Amino acid sequence: MSTAAPAVARRVEHVMGMPVSLALRGRHASGPEADAAWDAALAELRWVDEVFSTWRPDSQVSRLGRGEVTVDECDPAVAEVLRLGDAARASSGGAFDILLPGPDGVRRLEPSGVVKGWAVDRAVRPLLALADTDVCLSVGGDMVCHVADDAGEPWLVGIEHPLDPTRLVAQVPVRRAAVATSGTAHRGAHVVDARTGGPAEAVASVTVIGADLTSVDIDATTALALGLDGPQWLRSRLRTGVVVWADGRAEVVV
Amino acid sequence: MTGVKRIVLWVLSTLSTLVVLFGYHTSTSATMATATGSETAITGSVQGSGTGTTTSGSAPPDDGGSTSTGSSGSSSTGSGAGSSSGSSGSGTSVTGAVAQTRYGPVQVQVDLDGSTITDVSVLQYPDSDGRDIQIAQYALPQLIQQTLDSQSGSVSMISGATYTSQGYAQSLQSALDQAGL
Repeated sequence: MSTAAPAVARRVEHVMGMPVSLALRGRHASGPEADAAWDAALAELRWVDEVFSTWRPDSQVSRLGRGEVTVDECDPAVAEVLRLGDAARASSGGAFDILLPGPDGVRRLEPSGVVKGWAVDRAVRPLLALADTDVCLSVGGDMVCHVADDAGEPWLVGIEHPLDPTRLVAQVPVRRAAVATSGTAHRGAHVVDARTGGPAEAVASVTVIGADLTSVDIDATTALALGLDGPQWLRSRLRTGVVVWADGRAEVVV
Repeated sequence: MTGVKRIVLWVLSTLSTLVVLFGYHTSTSATMATATGSETAITGSVQGSGTGTTTSGSAPPDDGGSTSTGSSGSSSTGSGAGSSSGSSGSGTSVTGAVAQTRYGPVQVQVDLDGSTITDVSVLQYPDSDGRDIQIAQYALPQLIQQTLDSQSGSVSMISGATYTSQGYAQSLQSALDQAGL
């Protein structure tokens, strides 16, 4: 089924404290058009970081969280992200929330669970405009894939084993879709169940594949936070993905 | 390109893992799900344990094929009625019966070498717009275990729990990026 794959040109930069990896193949895999599109993608990610970073005290979201500005005084993109967060809270029964309870029980605005996928969906646009060029843009392990030719060679996305990041637990051929994985690897149990504020521990990682990264990233994080209820919740949303339990067992969700 | 090398991640699909053979979700909420509820109707699974391979499953109610359904791979409704025919060596080819979906008929064939799936072919696709618009987007994930044997895949990108820039240096993604393939 597979033929010799065309050459892939790769680029890496670090933005928002995360690696941004780009793979291109086809007509504009390299050259000035690719350079310009890559620059535009990075500029978009840096802009998102300036506006939404909770690590930057002067970001609009940090100021919003401290009550120094109102939503109306922020860039319209902030309201858009807050709406996405509201929708995710509703659809997850409260397991996903951009207002996360801290150790002191006080809820703080932490929209990064929404922002990342949303930012990549925006950043990939100039790359998708490259004619006859296949694109795979990953930010910190979440990606948007696009194959120019409907029947072209798909990107083969490997899904990292959450308990042993040197291994893969699954692979999925992707032509035009987004893949997001939420898990406990690399940063420890950084996803919390917003209902309790406690770490999500029953599941080691959740990968979701779907049309856009904004929604699959949110759903992967939500399913992880839901723990034991995560796989059934994904099925109820007709999601496709992979769940790896804390004991290492893996399950395909369809 | 500088010496087009390839990192080939050799993988083995083991018996203890569930391999979903065929099934495509859609880019919208409309999927192939049928009366079976929230699970996609056209998915297949091959499951085994220890010795021997079991191919079983259920097909949509209006069909008696062996295209199995269910995410656990152990659905027991309906009986497998697909044809099984030997091929070279220890290889076996299993052809699922035609399953009717809302988008049209779907039929898959699985080639097995002992307990390992060597190939999955889709013999029949729906001809409707559903296929044209949606089936091409992505295939179902295949569970794998990286070993030095059997099935292989040339992975382009790694999806994992959020890497930070510090953690990236040790990641498989970093290895792929550095290999420049």
